[in-house]
Amino acid sequence: MTARRLPTGGSIDRGAPLAFRWAGTDLTGYQGDTLASALLGAGIDTIGSSVRLGRPRGITSAGTEESTALVQIEKPFPEPMLPATTVELAEGLAARGITGQGRLADRDDPARYDARHAHADLLVVGAGPAGLTAALAAARTGERVILADDDIRVGGSLLDYGETVEGVPGEQWAAGVLAELASLPNVRVLVRTTVFGIYDDGFVLAVEHRSDHLGAAARPGRSRERIWRIRTTTTVIATGGYERPIAFANNDLPGVMLASAAHTYLHRYAVLAGESVVLFTTNSTAYGAARALVAAGARLTIVDTRPEIPAGLDSGCRNLGIEVVTGHHVVTALGTDRVHGVTIAPRRAGGPHVAGASATIDCDLLLVSGGWNPVLHLFSQARGTLAFDERLQAFVAASEVRGFELAGLAAAESAGYDPADPFAFALHPVEGVWSIPLPADGDAGGSDTRFVDVQRDVTVSEILRATGAGLRSMEHVKRYTTLGTALDQGKTSGLLGSGVVAQELGISVAELGTTTFRPPFSPVGFAALAGADRGELYDPIRVTAIHPWHLAHGAEFENVGQWKRPWYYPLPGESLDEAVLRESIAARTMVACMDGSTLGKIDVRGADAAAFLDLLYTNLMSSLKVGSIRYGVMCGPDGMVKDDGTVIRLAEERFLVTTTTGNAAAILDWMEEWLQTEWPDLRVFAASVTEQWVTIPVVGPLSRAVVQQLAPGVDASAAAFPFMATRDAVIAGVDGRIDRISFSGELAFELNVPAWYGQAVWEAVIAAGEQHGITPYGTETMHVLRAEKGYPIIGQDTDGTLSPHDLGLGWAVSKKKPDFIGKRSFARAENTRPDRRHFVGLLPVDPEESIPEGAQIIASREVTIPMPMLGHVTSGYRSAALGSHFALALISAGRDRMGERLFAWSEGRVIAVTVTDSVLLDKEGTRRDG
Amino acid sequence: MQLIECPNCGKREEIEFHYGGQAHIAYPEDPAATTDHEWSDYLFFRDNPKGPFAERWYHGGGCRRWFNAVRDTTSYRFLAVYQPGERMPALPGTRVTR
Repeated sequence: MTARRLPTGGSIDRGAPLAFRWAGTDLTGYQGDTLASALLGAGIDTIGSSVRLGRPRGITSAGTEESTALVQIEKPFPEPMLPATTVELAEGLAARGITGQGRLADRDDPARYDARHAHADLLVVGAGPAGLTAALAAARTGERVILADDDIRVGGSLLDYGETVEGVPGEQWAAGVLAELASLPNVRVLVRTTVFGIYDDGFVLAVEHRSDHLGAAARPGRSRERIWRIRTTTTVIATGGYERPIAFANNDLPGVMLASAAHTYLHRYAVLAGESVVLFTTNSTAYGAARALVAAGARLTIVDTRPEIPAGLDSGCRNLGIEVVTGHHVVTALGTDRVHGVTIAPRRAGGPHVAGASATIDCDLLLVSGGWNPVLHLFSQARGTLAFDERLQAFVAASEVRGFELAGLAAAESAGYDPADPFAFALHPVEGVWSIPLPADGDAGGSDTRFVDVQRDVTVSEILRATGAGLRSMEHVKRYTTLGTALDQGKTSGLLGSGVVAQELGISVAELGTTTFRPPFSPVGFAALAGADRGELYDPIRVTAIHPWHLAHGAEFENVGQWKRPWYYPLPGESLDEAVLRESIAARTMVACMDGSTLGKIDVRGADAAAFLDLLYTNLMSSLKVGSIRYGVMCGPDGMVKDDGTVIRLAEERFLVTTTTGNAAAILDWMEEWLQTEWPDLRVFAASVTEQWVTIPVVGPLSRAVVQQLAPGVDASAAAFPFMATRDAVIAGVDGRIDRISFSGELAFELNVPAWYGQAVWEAVIAAGEQHGITPYGTETMHVLRAEKGYPIIGQDTDGTLSPHDLGLGWAVSKKKPDFIGKRSFARAENTRPDRRHFVGLLPVDPEESIPEGAQIIASREVTIPMPMLGHVTSGYRSAALGSHFALALISAGRDRMGERLFAWSEGRVIAVTVTDSVLLDKEGTRRDG
Repeated sequence: MQLIECPNCGKREEIEFHYGGQAHIAYPEDPAATTDHEWSDYLFFRDNPKGPFAERWYHGGGCRRWFNAVRDTTSYRFLAVYQPGERMPALPGTRVTR
């Protein structure tokens, strides 16, 4: 006989049976069951097998500390490695025990997950008698209180053991407190909610399980799990304790259970976990469980390690007919698939060693109580220190942590416990018994089966191997043996491990210490942590005002930061290469247009704006005439190029500065940093206008005709509208601005209109250009066109270690200005080395051979690694205009190597190349005026 | 997650802020007049004390203003916040190193 459901009792709802499936068998449990209690109620107490040794594993606890009953959930949605003791039974649940490892779902999780923020004066973790009392006391003062508990209702241990509080049954008392809390507007009670992480300044994370228990009755769209992000002034930790096991031979067999768990299964779930019971204990707390089990009809023998037990306990047991064997150990649990008996032996006084002959007791349930550990995980996460209490044989809080209060004995007493009642609250000294010596007669077989961490299959012998190897710290023993690293994170095995090591080293547990607790307290799904921030909501997507047109015209998109930019516009059946050739030929021979709206745009104005830009840019900006544009380079104080772009002087005290797309926010911050911290006396304001303007470059020899048609009020001739000039203009009926800027080397006009009119103006450009064969082009063609002209892209061709001179932009560095950011660094010895990398062009000897980005530049065709690396390729494209592949590269002393034959190595391919100037097309700049 | 007290906005979560390195390191009056040694000291070398440290912080996710703070590098606690250009407040056990 093993476990069975009793006909009456428990706080399950017998009027609400729940059908579930376990390992292919249909079973029934009740509302209020966990999967573990429902299985025990159905007589099933073997769950799976252990990960390393394949030994059978049963159910050892009734809560979050479970180390053996790991299940794979199959329905409603596959989820691996959940303790059966924490899975609330629901109609239609399907699960099986884990043999070895679990299995992740092979499909997307359809459930919703979300997060909420909450603020509290007091957060109470744990809704047992102490937590409820603390929450109620604070709530009555009007403080904002959050009470969180991982169980399905409040009450904590009161749900488990049938104790009374203030003279009334515990459950009834808890229900009364809950009713008062629920009536107060300043209180939020969260059940099924695990507080799993304590962070700085009262920041606490909890996960609420919201829909699994509802099954099909859950409202569609209700989130399955919710992360609570709580900010609290004070946290009360009222998380109770975990009973701990003892390491004796075969202590991992199904049918070996913590004493308190059997009590919980009996009182709360009306499940009698065994008929014929041995209780092995080191302390008085387990006697309450013994009394309850006997009252329910079990036969029970107590094996107590203590030579004598307190008088009250002794007489209490005699009255109930419980035999108590004092001064003995359980040495071995007998059985192979599950426990059927124990061998016991008298212990030698004052030590762990077994003396004398063994006796055997038959049983179908072996309960163990090695003492209790206060659950101090959250306190430890808050950097509270722990100290070993000899009386309790457990670690207790040893320091005060600002913002934290612990519920302990005083709180328990004020909640109505009577410490004088030995069954209700036994605080007699606990004996420090950790591991029992192996039996001399070899009952346990050849190998050590005294498990310390049953989930990791770590035995006493393996821990002794660690100490034998010289390890003296629990942190080291943990990592050597994997003790305490499993799903349960050593909730029951951690201190047991410390005890075993201390015993072996002949030192006190206090001296040895324990390992550090870190978040999360118990496993949290990534889906819960991600919440709603997945898929399309993972990161904001930014699109320009013309985006719908790009979509409608089949553009392929490229992600540039958060922006979606048209990459190329393939015609039906066209490849990327084919589309880019077509688009770039159009730009070089006819007319083409692109959406350049993502370009960073900053409005800089104020009486000192010109002086400020003189400090920021390497070039002189104060000499710029109103209506003119200048290309500019920005460096950091180290003299390395930070960004580039154009500066447009719109008025005497107003400039429009453009930045690279990816640097728009960073450059605005850069300006603010200098304005606020270094030059606060400068009268300058900077504001982002990136999204306010749509920018449309119209490019190519026929672009003037198109622009003239769109903006008849502007004389677009080369004489009247020179290169690097800006004009206010009415463009397709919209007030805007035209800039003569070219990022392709071709005649080009950049049309700027308020974003609201962006798509209308774009469509007008397409219509006006139709007769000239206007071709929209994307970022890939833009890159080819700019690379043919040797224009570097900051962040692609540069890496923060290049000066303007390295890039061949020395012409943009003012020699007149007394200072600007970076100037002094140009004179540093490191920056004047002749072997610095220079920005150059590369042409393959075979024009058909591509030169991949990232290829390493070497001096010989023969590759013998290691060999000197002269540089690397930063950009590589195929050029229609050059009739060849080409590349841009950073090469040591590159400008001194013009015409030199070098080799580009890429993934085993060696490409012969010739070093050229970085400007490969129209070096004289004859094309820019059309 | 730590709360940082912005002198303009009050306490806000740390993800709203950017660290800006050691405070009270002025851009040299005349960089051209500095020796290589002085200039590299300005560019690259910063104190790394154990204990109170005057730092620059930027509330980029809020008021977008820079401010200074004294923070204990052992406890991460902010001991004081103040505006750029203000002197570091006198705190027991702290010293301005530059």
